[in-house]
Parts: sequence; C-alpha cells; structure tokens
Amino acid sequence: MTRPDTMILTIAHKEFRSLFATPSTWFILGGLQFIFAWFFLARLDAYLQVQAQLVQLANPPGATHSVAAPVLATIGFILMMLVPIFTMRLVAEERRNQTLVLLMASPVASWEIIAGKFLGMLLFLSLIIAASFLMLLTLALGTPLDYGLLITNAAGLFMLAAGYSALGLYFSTLTTQPVVAASSTIAALFGLWLIDVAGSSTGTILKALSPTVHFQSFNTGLLLSKDITYFLLFSAICLLLAIRRLNNSRIYG
Amino acid sequence: MSAQITLNARNLSRRLGRREVIRNISLQLKRGEVLGLLGPNGAGKSTTMQLLSGVLIPHAGQIEICGINLAQEPGRAKACIGYLPEHPPLYRDMRVDDFLLYAAKLHGVARSGLAEALAIAKSRCGLEDTGRKIIGTLSKGYQQRVGIAQAIIHNPDVVILDEPTVGLDPSQIRDIRALIRELGNAHSVILSTHLLGEVENICDRVEIMQRGQLIYGDTSVRMQSLGHQAGFIVTLQSPPEPAELYKVPGVVNVEALSATRFKILHSIDANTAEALLSLSAQQGWQAQQLTPLQGNLEDAFVHITQKQPNQHDQT
Repeated sequence: MTRPDTMILTIAHKEFRSLFATPSTWFILGGLQFIFAWFFLARLDAYLQVQAQLVQLANPPGATHSVAAPVLATIGFILMMLVPIFTMRLVAEERRNQTLVLLMASPVASWEIIAGKFLGMLLFLSLIIAASFLMLLTLALGTPLDYGLLITNAAGLFMLAAGYSALGLYFSTLTTQPVVAASSTIAALFGLWLIDVAGSSTGTILKALSPTVHFQSFNTGLLLSKDITYFLLFSAICLLLAIRRLNNSRIYG
Repeated sequence: MSAQITLNARNLSRRLGRREVIRNISLQLKRGEVLGLLGPNGAGKSTTMQLLSGVLIPHAGQIEICGINLAQEPGRAKACIGYLPEHPPLYRDMRVDDFLLYAAKLHGVARSGLAEALAIAKSRCGLEDTGRKIIGTLSKGYQQRVGIAQAIIHNPDVVILDEPTVGLDPSQIRDIRALIRELGNAHSVILSTHLLGEVENICDRVEIMQRGQLIYGDTSVRMQSLGHQAGFIVTLQSPPEPAELYKVPGVVNVEALSATRFKILHSIDANTAEALLSLSAQQGWQAQQLTPLQGNLEDAFVHITQKQPNQHDQT
C-alpha cells in the first residue's frame, strides 16, 4: 500500500501541472506581472518625489515601508479576485466533465483529494507571490531593505492565499458550474472585505471575521499569533466543509 | 481447487429520496468469470456498478472485494477494483501516457512498476501508438480504449465496465469484446449492457435487472434455452396439404414459409421431427432439410422481463 502523503502529492502535482497546460494561465500570469510592475513603479515614483523632504525627518521611513509594503497590500487585494478564478475549476470542472469518478473510485480518501488539490493550488499561488517578491527585491540595488518587514509580508500573503483558496475550493465542491463557483467565491470574499472597510460602525467581533483585517498586521510588520491562528482556523474550516461535501456526494449521489 | 470468489455483494440497497432505486441485490463473482448485468434503461445497472466500485455508498448491505470489506477498508479494497464508468473519466487536455500514469499512481502502483504497467495496459488495449496524443483529439473508440486501459492498469482482480461498447462502430465493438474476453481469463469482469448480443458473445453468466432488482440469473447458455421455442424448419419437395401435417403427433402450428418450406412448432416433449421424417418416407413427401429453431437471447430477455411485472404484482 502506498502511504497517503504520496497520494496527496500525486494529486497536487497533477493540479499544478494542469494549471500550466492551459494558455489562459500563462496569459493571466503575464498580465498580473504587468499590473504588479505598474503599481511598483508608480509607488517608486511617488517615493522618489518626496524622498528629499523625508530625509530631513529624524526617523525617515525606508523604501521597504513606503514602496514594498503598499505594493504587497495591493497584491493582497488582487488575490481576492484572482484566487477564485483558479480555484473555481478544482472540483466543479471535474464534476462537470465527470472525471471526479476517477478519484472517487481510486483508493484515495476524500481528505486526500481535498488536501492534494489545496496543496497544488497553494504551490501555484506561492509562485505568483514569489514572482512579485523578486521584483521588489530589485530595490536592494539602490537602498538597504528591511528584510523583516518583507518576511512578515510574505507570510501574510501566503496565509491570505491559503485562506482564499480553501474558501474557493469549498465553493468549487458545491456546484458543477465553475463560473458559479468563481462568482460565489468572489461574492463571499468581497463580503468579508466589506466588513473590514465598512468603518468603525461595525463591531470589532464582526471585524475579526475579515481576512483582510488580519492581513493588515502582517503588512505593517507584526507577526501576531491571533492572526496566524485566524488563518489556520479559516482554512481548516473551509477544507473540512469541502471534505464533508465530497463525502456527502458518495452518500447522496 | 475451486475458483476464488473475488467479489461478494450481499443485500445491497440504495434509496434516492424515498424511492428505493436498488433493492436487495446480491452478487457473486469468481476469478476468470465474465458476468453480464443486463436490463432495460433505468433498471439501476449503473447505480449497482457505482456501488460495487465504491463511488457510492450503499444504504444497506455489504460488499467484499477479495475478502476485504469495501466499507471498512476502502483503500485496500478499491486497489483491487478497476472501474470504467458509463462516461469514461478522461482529462481531455492530458496526454494518454500522462493520464494513464496518473491513474496508475492513484491506484497505488509502485513507482518502480509504473513503466511496465503502462506498457502492458497500452499493449492490451491497442494504444501503443497513441501515447503522445492528447486525449481530447482521439476518436470515441480510442477514448473508450483509454478508459479501459485506465481501469486495468493496476492489474485489478475485479474489472467493472459500465456499457463499454456504447457509441462505437462495429469493428471497434469487436475489438473491445475480444479484449473483454481476454480480460476475463485472468480477472473477474462485470459488464453492464442493454445489448443482448454482447451477453451472448462474451459473458459466462447473466444477471437481469429490472426496477432495481435482480430478477433472473443464470449462465448465458441456459438463458438462451429459456427463449427456445420447440420447432424446426423442414423442406419437403412434394408437400402434402397442410392439414396432413397437423396430423403428425405433437404438432402445434404449421406455417408455410414458401411452397416447399414449412415452419413447424411442436410441444416440447413430443418427438415430432422423427415422426414427421418416418411419415415423410412412407408418403413420399421427399423431406430434404430439417433445421431446429435456435432460441436467442432476445426472445429470452423479452420472455423474462415481460413475465416479471405480473409476478411482482401478485406478491
């Protein structure tokens, strides 16, 4: 018998590879990198204009704080619309093409299927995040960088991507139409974001539900255990719901 | 040594809402046996296949694959099953080789045995030259072969094929049937179909399903005899009046097919053919050719499925 982790890796590998088999993925990746570069250059330009005044301050903010962090915050925002486009196909398309049967009839447990697909997606999103960091690292050519801030940001973006893909994966198990999965994921993520931006009128308990609120502390360089716990719980709950949904389809057809 | 029992299903039931779509089905399969699951559309064949392959869970009943309980140890049991659903589960944008390797890995084929398993499965299904092709570009027949290759790549003890020849042209059907027959030598095969010819050609045993129940099960040879109507076709060069023929002991019906050929039906126990021949010799009817009527599965199937509802109403 093969061990479960090899099954998970097999599925993750297949998901990862099939993403690159479609031209649209390459197209989106290219477009994305262009948008990131645009934001980056705009931020850099603004920073260079005020830099002369900044140096007169006693404790001036560095390039990492003024350029990299805002760009990464924007990437976090873009992930909200980007992740559903990739997660929508994970299960919904397999249902529609009736290929899910292959997984269901294989000696693979439902949790292994979900874990494999989640892992493959996360690997892919990490690639996008890593590419944006490579771009930001070019700042090191002209100025010393605050690597601590970059690392908390990387951790934050990774957590955000994990939470979003877990939610997207769950919505993908609910339907046979990828488009429905995508739009409902975007709607849900937008709703969670609205809780954040709705202002101080909303209660702090409600605000604690929003992923973007928890990402903000990562973005400012804070590594808080409550934020890490939040993202772990958020992802775990979505993944458990997805596993449950897959199990139910064995029972109810 | 008697053949090993590879699949044992007892009292399977499955509901869809309140309706029972599968009622109390029990099946057994021995190694080296090809079982045909036959029934009209909507009889529950595909659902039964899904239950046996572990895609769906039965609401009642037990399934054992090679002695391993499917509900308790799904991982080990499913590794012994190869399943081809009605709609082959093919990733259209993958290459044949990549897809088959993926299927093999999912079914727990060890890394070291992958290349060999791939080569064997491809040669058995006649896919040697299509390894680099994208599945979506293949014809329906070849896609079906890839589907079968996917089901046998891990050398399973039980192969479950749901309508494997639907939508294929006659020569492809012939190839696939030969393949199934070959599979039946080493594995146990269950196939569902609504084509009677398929059963006649390749199955050792037949189970007929209707309305979610197994209503008849026997060897396919015995089933053919069920539809058998005792009778023969005889050629008489100088035939008498048809009324004369009715006088032969046991004759029930005489039908003139042409001036010299007659289709004669008789009661089963009577030795009518012999009586007619001796009478013919006496009367000079010049009997030339006597062909017994062959029972076919078509008749038997109609016979069984039509009889059933009445029986069901009575109980």
